[in-house]
Amino acid sequence: MTATAIPETRQVQPTPEIRRPRSSRRAAGTTVLYIVLGILALIIILPLIWMLITSFKTDADAVRNPYGWPSPFSTEAYTRLLTSGQQPIFLWLWNSFAAAAVQTILILVTASMGAYALARMDFAGKRIIFGVIISTLLVPPVVFLIPNYLIVQNLGWLDTILAITVPGAAGAFGIFFLRQFFVALPVEIEEAARVDGAGEFRIFLQVVLPLARPALATLAVLSFLNNWNDFLWPVYVLLSPENMTLQPGLAMLQGAYRTHFAIVMAGAVIASVPVLILFGIAQKQIVESVAGAAVKG
Amino acid sequence: MAEIVTTPVAAPRRASAGGSGGTPVSRARRGRRRTLIAYLFLAPFLVLFLTFVVAPAIFGLWISVTDYSPFSDVQNFVGLQNYMALFDPASTFSGDFWQSMGATAIFVVLSVPCLVLVPLAVALLLNRRIRAATTFRTVFFAPYVLGVAVIGVIWGYILDTQSGILNHLLGLIGLPDNIPWTVNVPWVWVTLVGVTVWWTMGLNTVIFLAGLKGINGDLYEAAALDGAGPWRSFTAVTIPGLRPVMLFITTTTVLASANMFGQSYLLTTGGPGNATRTAIMYIADQGLSQNNMAPAAAMSYVLFAFLAVISVINFRLQRERVERTVA
Repeated sequence: MTATAIPETRQVQPTPEIRRPRSSRRAAGTTVLYIVLGILALIIILPLIWMLITSFKTDADAVRNPYGWPSPFSTEAYTRLLTSGQQPIFLWLWNSFAAAAVQTILILVTASMGAYALARMDFAGKRIIFGVIISTLLVPPVVFLIPNYLIVQNLGWLDTILAITVPGAAGAFGIFFLRQFFVALPVEIEEAARVDGAGEFRIFLQVVLPLARPALATLAVLSFLNNWNDFLWPVYVLLSPENMTLQPGLAMLQGAYRTHFAIVMAGAVIASVPVLILFGIAQKQIVESVAGAAVKG
Repeated sequence: MAEIVTTPVAAPRRASAGGSGGTPVSRARRGRRRTLIAYLFLAPFLVLFLTFVVAPAIFGLWISVTDYSPFSDVQNFVGLQNYMALFDPASTFSGDFWQSMGATAIFVVLSVPCLVLVPLAVALLLNRRIRAATTFRTVFFAPYVLGVAVIGVIWGYILDTQSGILNHLLGLIGLPDNIPWTVNVPWVWVTLVGVTVWWTMGLNTVIFLAGLKGINGDLYEAAALDGAGPWRSFTAVTIPGLRPVMLFITTTTVLASANMFGQSYLLTTGGPGNATRTAIMYIADQGLSQNNMAPAAAMSYVLFAFLAVISVINFRLQRERVERTVA
């Protein structure tokens, strides 16, 4: 992890190009730049490749041959996980999908409606409500941890999918994110529909939401990732193995198979592949929406 | 995944829609109707928000001033006793709590400079006109979309003292091959900071990149015309141009580091001793595993207060600098 600045490498230039020293110096600089970026990219990628390769080794091979190609190539780790009664990882995979999907839908529905009201309607109490919602963005989540645990417990939701989907959908982020999009929409769109006699809900459903599709898609991806990767909360509110999601499950797997590299890495592969695919598809939206934070000024 | 704070790639802002005509009476009636409709739209979110954000914030505060226990039906108001106990060295939780706060502070102090400077350097490299900049950006960002559990198990094996491949590789090139990466101080800190940088550096990198793209190119030309070299134009154009982004990044990074949990939980299990047990880890353990909910609730509010003060100080300091450079 190097914070290498590009040195202005001065190369010895025996070439006839002596009249254009700047461009050759720039070429050398570019080479160094690519080398630095390449090394950094390797540092980022190699652990992930190592995870993938190791998951296709046998236990013995993983110990004997920690960073070579699998020999023999084996899917033993995956089949052992598939048949494991105590660590039902494919059930966890399903639970993770279900939880992330349910929470994403909850967020899309509640946040789009709420954000629309806050962005496009004038009503009593709007400023206060928006202020309170936004100010909770600054409260560290640990403040809600214990009381929310007790609330979830009292609702009888411990160890159910409700515990890991509903409370997390109450965050201010979705409202904050979509409101900015709705505020920027031209008023004429709604006014035209209003002249045609459409009610507020129809305008929202048939005119505004279709326009908001890109923003909704971005929010959906971010919400899905967030829920999929949540760790602290599910560790404490999910109790039985069959209700686990992948993240706490993986920690459990590591505890159970401490010396079995291949099995734990197979678990890590199963937990990463879906989000890496999602990232591959929605890479542009994710990166740009995250970076957009800086483009405010 | 660490919490993401973002805004959509901003479409140009419009002034909010003003009221459009009508007599005062019809406007008032329409206003009431609109208020009703607005609250209908807000209702689903508000139900969730009141139940899982507002209620727990108040409930947590209430728990922290009682002797709440899951084993007794009656709670007694005890005033600030739970808070005072945290500042009383003789009390049960005070020593461990402040140790965990200390561990959190160490992690913040060690990690934040790396989490700001490494992404800044990478963003500067990527901001040059190079091929494949987008590909590099994607690669650097990729680990960030993985959960901390995945990060924890991968690095747990890579950094294992006996069988980890990092020590194995170090041995091959003649360096010590028995570094206790996840076992002993100071190596545990190197591990926690290094893994966190590996995991999340893509986030700050893309934010810095967006900031760099937002700097007016004319400023660089003007600086070049004035005879400024690369370093001078970096200090005179780039750094001032990045100040608003820098404020955002330092604030969010300090908060993210102060909320560190998974890395310690998975890689060092808070050890050696309790050296890397962070405040979040201690609060979660006391409140949810040990059933000491009232003291833990008080601790979470003390942590909140600390973070609020730090954020305000950071904001003040940097805003002054922003103002000075603008003036």
